Amino acid sequence: MRVPGMRTLDASDRSLLLVFDDRISLAAHGDVLRLTPLLRSVRGVTNVHPAYASILIDFDPRAIRHGEVERAAAELFAQAASAPLPEPRTVEIPVAYGGECGPDLEQVAALTGHTPDEVVAIHSSAEYLVYFLGFSPGFPYLGGLPESIAAPRLETPRRRVPAGSVAIGGRQTGVYPMASPGGWRIIGRTALRLFDPEADPPVLLQMGDRVKFVPLAGGAF
Amino acid sequence: MTTVQDLGRPGYAHLGISASGAADALSLRAGNLLVGNPDGAAALEMTLAGGTFEFESRAIVALTGADFDASIPLWTRVWVKPGERVKCGHARSGARCYLCVNGGIEVPMVLGSASTHLLTGLGGYEGRALKRGDVLRMTAGSGAQAPRGLKPAPHSGAIRVTSPTNAEDLCRSGWEVQADSDRMGLRLRGPALDSHTGHMLTEGVPLGAVQVPPDGQPIILFVEHQTTGGYPKIANVISADFHAVGQLRPRDQVRFEQVSIDAALTLLEAQEEWLHSLV
Repeated sequence: MRVPGMRTLDASDRSLLLVFDDRISLAAHGDVLRLTPLLRSVRGVTNVHPAYASILIDFDPRAIRHGEVERAAAELFAQAASAPLPEPRTVEIPVAYGGECGPDLEQVAALTGHTPDEVVAIHSSAEYLVYFLGFSPGFPYLGGLPESIAAPRLETPRRRVPAGSVAIGGRQTGVYPMASPGGWRIIGRTALRLFDPEADPPVLLQMGDRVKFVPLAGGAF
Repeated sequence: MTTVQDLGRPGYAHLGISASGAADALSLRAGNLLVGNPDGAAALEMTLAGGTFEFESRAIVALTGADFDASIPLWTRVWVKPGERVKCGHARSGARCYLCVNGGIEVPMVLGSASTHLLTGLGGYEGRALKRGDVLRMTAGSGAQAPRGLKPAPHSGAIRVTSPTNAEDLCRSGWEVQADSDRMGLRLRGPALDSHTGHMLTEGVPLGAVQVPPDGQPIILFVEHQTTGGYPKIANVISADFHAVGQLRPRDQVRFEQVSIDAALTLLEAQEEWLHSLV
């Protein structure tokens, strides 16, 4: 089935990939945002993985097959195309920048030709868009990092990045919801929990949210 | 290493949470059927090394999966008496075995599943692998009729994959499973594959995806895989062979064989028929 604005790929014997664009765009993000909740309620669909410009649909091949999933996705895509997007939430994330909480802040400053205070000012003045959650529980893929503070990833990833670390990796910035290995440069830390399995929903941020980082005075929590 | 596993935690990939669950779900399901449970009941998954499990009360148990040189026979149900111990040694071949008990293992459900997600410390018994001295509860069983024993499904040897393009380069060579493989992914070593180093947008990754990072050494993304990734994926293990991936261990030699999606689904149907012929 051909639908303008969407192409599909049989990614495995139990999954179908919907692609809306080959680059990051707000239009594709809108498609992903509208379609993700609708796809989750399709019978036989077990998981939905939104991304920048695509959605991967996992399904139980004992209940439904590629052709049926594709038809359902095409119908929902046509229905959703004109639906207005919900008014975005803005979530403020308090951050202790630098020092023990942000061991790479000075390096990022040196790499980008700024003082550490300037990096903090630039990082905390921008508004970021949560394109989607992925990789690990509650991890937000954020868009909107000012290019002037983009800094290459570490050559050797750290074995353990503390939970709540705010970091820059190339042209991306993000917050590590839990302690994990990681190769981004850590500029600060938040005490907010981005992932809490006891909470409902278990994640702080949702796809489509706007995020502001708010520097904590004195660099402490 | 031993963890509590069931058939996983689907429905949360949009929050970045992969399904987890038994690495060899076929053995888990067969074991559950043997003790009269629903096929997705929680059981113990042992990886490479087993343990000694003492039962405080009478139980019906079954051990399935790899041969761990255990004190009870594989692939059959066994009655254990109060105070009796089931001992499992080291895996003689394969990587994982499952100790299923009538009624299932009782742990708090987290996001709808008893499965342990080790990386995030989620679910299972306190979100971790079991330690000496842990005490687990069993749910009261139904005592339903169950088959007495069964033969495991034979496996051809090659891991079969589908590919949206073609997996010729992957299928041409033999691969060795590396020691740093785990429930997140199986790292393979062999002749470097072209990783198509061009820019790729991060996108969702399915269970069993064979991804190729810049060093050209493929990784099979497994039950605790990341939900999205930015490396090219050249093939995907078929559902009917997930159980065989769950039995791979470090230094195993692996070969791949490409099949069509239709063939993959026919193989899955045959496997399901085999499983359901047991009850």
